[in-house]
Amino acid sequence: MLTHTLPMLLQVADPQLPPTTGVFVIFSIIKMLVIFGLVMVTVAYTTFAERRIAAWIQDRHGPNRVGPWGLFQVLADGVKNFMKEETYPADANKILFVMAPALAFVPAMLTWSVIPFASPLPTPWGRIDMVVADLPIGFLFTLAISSLGVYGLTLAGWSSNNKYALLGGLRASAQMVSYEIAMGMSTVCVLLLAGNVHLTEIIGQQVAMGWNVLLLSVAFFLFLIAAFAETNRVPFDLPESESELVAGYHTEYSAMKYSMFPIAEYANMITAGAMMSTLFLGGWDIPFTTWDNVPPFTVLKTLVTFGFFVAKTLFWVFFFIWIRWTLPRFRYDQLMSLGWKFMLPVALAYVAIIAAAVVALDRAGFTRGHKFGAVLFGLNLVLVVVLFFILDRGRVVSPAYSRLDRAAVDKLRAVAPSRATLRGPGA
Amino acid sequence: MGNEFLPLFYTFNFYLFGLVALACALMFVTRKSPVAAAMWLVGAMFSLAALYVMLDAQFVGAMQVLVYTGAIMVVFLFVVMLLNLGNPGELSDIRGKWGRLVAGFVGLALVAELMALAKSPLDLRLVVPAVTAPPQTGGVIAPIAGPLFKEYLLAFELTSILLLVAIMGAVVLAKKKDAR
Repeated sequence: MLTHTLPMLLQVADPQLPPTTGVFVIFSIIKMLVIFGLVMVTVAYTTFAERRIAAWIQDRHGPNRVGPWGLFQVLADGVKNFMKEETYPADANKILFVMAPALAFVPAMLTWSVIPFASPLPTPWGRIDMVVADLPIGFLFTLAISSLGVYGLTLAGWSSNNKYALLGGLRASAQMVSYEIAMGMSTVCVLLLAGNVHLTEIIGQQVAMGWNVLLLSVAFFLFLIAAFAETNRVPFDLPESESELVAGYHTEYSAMKYSMFPIAEYANMITAGAMMSTLFLGGWDIPFTTWDNVPPFTVLKTLVTFGFFVAKTLFWVFFFIWIRWTLPRFRYDQLMSLGWKFMLPVALAYVAIIAAAVVALDRAGFTRGHKFGAVLFGLNLVLVVVLFFILDRGRVVSPAYSRLDRAAVDKLRAVAPSRATLRGPGA
Repeated sequence: MGNEFLPLFYTFNFYLFGLVALACALMFVTRKSPVAAAMWLVGAMFSLAALYVMLDAQFVGAMQVLVYTGAIMVVFLFVVMLLNLGNPGELSDIRGKWGRLVAGFVGLALVAELMALAKSPLDLRLVVPAVTAPPQTGGVIAPIAGPLFKEYLLAFELTSILLLVAIMGAVVLAKKKDAR
């Protein structure tokens, strides 16, 4: 009945509307609700997964008391967060203090509106694309929106009126702006291959040529690092860094307002995982078969491709958690030099190489298909060997060994005696 | 695409985002706290991005958010916080009575000029080229990239050199301070 009433209402509001608008509006609302609900449930269970996986990695039990295998721990945590007392620090900027958690969370959810999550669904009212808003600027939209996430962290740090929180907020803004550039540059290669920023077409390109993770491994590696930095996960959790800044930008937050920051972090992780799957792992594409890419589209195809998309995304979520309990945190100067002195130049050089390769292959008469992909794969193998085994020599792969140059070491040595005298004669 | 078959929707959104942009801009120039002013400016830029999208310039809209809101304003905020200019009592850019009066007159003059231009009998419409179907390959970026890298390549390269010079200037200034 709704399919008839709503178009009529819309027609009354605006008589010039095309008659298909009703179907579009209804399915958009359904897709929004489904995506929002699924992401929120996944966020809740990612917090649980993080604790269980951490426990598994550290050889202990983790939360296993509430419900079977501790599955209801999530509900208990939710209730706890709602019941706790909300505190406001003295002289905090109330408006920004309350607004900051929402500002951190909203961009993570907004990005989901352009990610295609399954093959098109056939309905009696026509084929429905399984993406909430199929924007022509698709990928640029995700970049633009994810660049807004930093406001939540920065404003939380500033409005708390606390020096540790302020330091965390400052670190967040510097770090996220730096790595956004590397992230944007690393994806230029993907856009070069697809010839478009439309996410559906980027998936189509990967179906035709092979997944970008094989064709553009260096770009994928850079995007992966930048995604860790953008989501503020270990080894890039300097805005939070509990061993130096108490809890960084959210030191002064309590109860549900505090809880919004971890929720935003996990939502960002899932979004980053979905973006990596879409840009580099073929999105909802099933490898080694064209069954999922050709009509007739069926409900079964939609469900199976959706399953593949979820599996890919969850793999990245697991990867984020795995890294967190494996690697130590970067030092701040290492973070900045990695972003500006390693990732940006490598990304720029890589764009130049890939652009030249694409032009050369086009001139040589290759059509954009599997052969094109095979040649790029060969080039990519050479580049990976050159970058990681000849140029890098273990500096990025094991950053703890990153060397300071001679002048910086001398500077640090000069600082040390003066600090010793600060402690006074008793020390 | 909006104004062809969704006139009501289009008009409503045009006035909505136009008013939001104006309100944000007003708040931006009247706030004393630099952080609050910066946040209002972010709001104004966002509404401008929405207006660009309504003009079918999605690319410009996305770039507006990505470059201005996502990068430049974040760096602004960073500097404001680093220098701890957050306290309105310490520092304000709002000058005394005369400054405000002069600003008001200049603003009124600008409004008058706009009104006069809108009412003028001259044909001031932009030269709109014959509408062609958007090319299927390249999507929304090709119409911008084409002219930029073909007809206006020299201007584009000169602009990039200008930016390069500015970056080098910034590096030189930063280095100078460091050597002290």
